[in-house]
Amino acid sequence: MDYFVQQLINGITLGSIYGLIAIGYTMVFGIVGMVNFAHGDVFMVSAFVALIAFLILTTWLGVTSVALSLFLMLVAAMLFTSLINWVIERVAYRPLRGSFRLAPLISAIGMSIFLSNFVQVSQGPLNKSVPPLVQREFVLFNRNNYPVTLSYKQLIIWGITAVLLLAFWYLVARTRLGRAQRACEQDKKMAALVGIDVDRTIAITFVIAAALAAVAGTMYVMYYGVVSFSDGFVPGVKAFTAAVLGGIGSLPGAVVGGLLIGLIETLWSAYFSIDYKDVAAFSILAITLIFLPQGLFGRPDVEKV
Amino acid sequence: MSEPLLCVRGVKTYYGRVQALKGVDLDVNDGEIVTLIGANGAGKSTLMMTVCGNPRAREGTITFAGRDITRLPTHEIARLKLAQAPEGRRIFPRMTVLENLQMGATTADPAEFDRDLERVVGLFPYLSRRLGQRGGTLSGGEQQMLAIARALMSRPRLLMLDEPSLGLAPLIVRQIFDAIRRLNAEQGLSVFLVEQNAFHALKLAHRGYVMVNGLITLTGSGRELLERPEVKSAYLEGGRQQVAR
Ligand SMILES: Nc1ncnc2c1ncn2[C@@H]1O[C@H](COP(=O)(O)OP(=O)(O)OP(=O)(O)O)[C@@H](O)[C@H]1O
Ligand SMILES: [Mg+2]
Repeated sequence: MDYFVQQLINGITLGSIYGLIAIGYTMVFGIVGMVNFAHGDVFMVSAFVALIAFLILTTWLGVTSVALSLFLMLVAAMLFTSLINWVIERVAYRPLRGSFRLAPLISAIGMSIFLSNFVQVSQGPLNKSVPPLVQREFVLFNRNNYPVTLSYKQLIIWGITAVLLLAFWYLVARTRLGRAQRACEQDKKMAALVGIDVDRTIAITFVIAAALAAVAGTMYVMYYGVVSFSDGFVPGVKAFTAAVLGGIGSLPGAVVGGLLIGLIETLWSAYFSIDYKDVAAFSILAITLIFLPQGLFGRPDVEKV
Repeated sequence: MSEPLLCVRGVKTYYGRVQALKGVDLDVNDGEIVTLIGANGAGKSTLMMTVCGNPRAREGTITFAGRDITRLPTHEIARLKLAQAPEGRRIFPRMTVLENLQMGATTADPAEFDRDLERVVGLFPYLSRRLGQRGGTLSGGEQQMLAIARALMSRPRLLMLDEPSLGLAPLIVRQIFDAIRRLNAEQGLSVFLVEQNAFHALKLAHRGYVMVNGLITLTGSGRELLERPEVKSAYLEGGRQQVAR
């Protein structure tokens, strides 16, 4: 039981990271109907930006406050990654809009390869690490000499994810920008007819997706302390699985899917075999696609259109 | 005589290689109701969409309020206060009625939203009880009212309606045409109307045009067109019967 609670805590933490990345997949799919294969690598790049920001802050600028450096890492990662995704949308996807359906997909795979190779060449192929930033932890309870702990790191991840999801929900449900995004998702032609700049709205969507991925990337670096150029792929596919499981296009689906994937992966490695934890995630992807192609929150299309 | 509000000159539009408009000339003056009639596939909807820049005219010019809008992006044309309730209504299906109206107000001053909402809902009281319902679940007639209401939320200078009476009960059609007449008479709103319901639409209009195969073949006042034998025989059979009833 205690062991199980500990795994739940770990799983929710991992699931938060997946959920934030999954939102990017689902948002972009919703608005342009494309699986953005480069999104996992955008996440990986953001982790590197956070890491580099950390090194600059601590070694050159002599920042000693952990809270301050975490905050600045986050800001740097969000800004830089948003800019990158904005440029990617501009040069690799927008010119292909309106061409055949697979074109942007192929372009996205190209961007994915470009990003991981660029990081491999510029940062080297080895794992990069940062010293543990936040080490304290609470012992929730301790029976039979098995302490169940909740670390500060995990709390930070939960807190940031929760605040971000709330803000994001508010943005989509209640603001002009959110309405414009949903309008473009449902009918771009009509959105333009009422005066929405569709291209701009799509660009902003890519920027938001990148910013959320950058939060995930920064937390990933903080949590695991290492990152390598190939870390875009596996977390990327898992987050994509989360988006499909939740029902691609559905924002709550992405969050729930992320949490589920995080939990399944953690529990799988805890009770079965850690070697096969990635297989677990990919099997879920296959099973979902076969038996539940709409996903958990996929919309039943009841509307007259 | 001042320059027309909307001025279409020699417009040719293609879908790929298929030519849908073959050099269309058409004017809408300030304060006018203009009706365009024509058989299925004549190019009426294409003309309305071409005015809004999607698809784009390959040749010819379109000016609105003295500005050349032929090459302007669709959303910028909308910002000049040219609103369209397009063919097929195109309600945002997963948005509520209120959100659809908010979308219609995209180019309007947000400070005026509450007043505009009241005004538009006053015109279609039916909608006021359904503000929280999802657009996709409205009935066809309700969707049509919403489409017109949404277009009005931008406070347009020119309102373009593509077959507003399509699929509606006669009572609702009359309500909609009455609403158009009132908006025009009381607020001087200019209206460009495409209709199959030729009798009512021409009666309502100051001027009318007949389109055949991508070309304007006839034009005149609404009354004149109603008397023309070729209009009578081709477009008015159903209209007469409706009046007789
Ligand atoms: N997206 C499109 N691609 C190719 N051809 C099109 C497209 N839209 C319309 N057309 C063609 O252009 C011509 C004009 O169509 P349009 O919709 O403008 O006719 P309409 O006068 O509005 O007809 P209706 O009264 O049936 O609505 C038709 O021959 C139609 O087949
Ligand atoms: Mg039509």
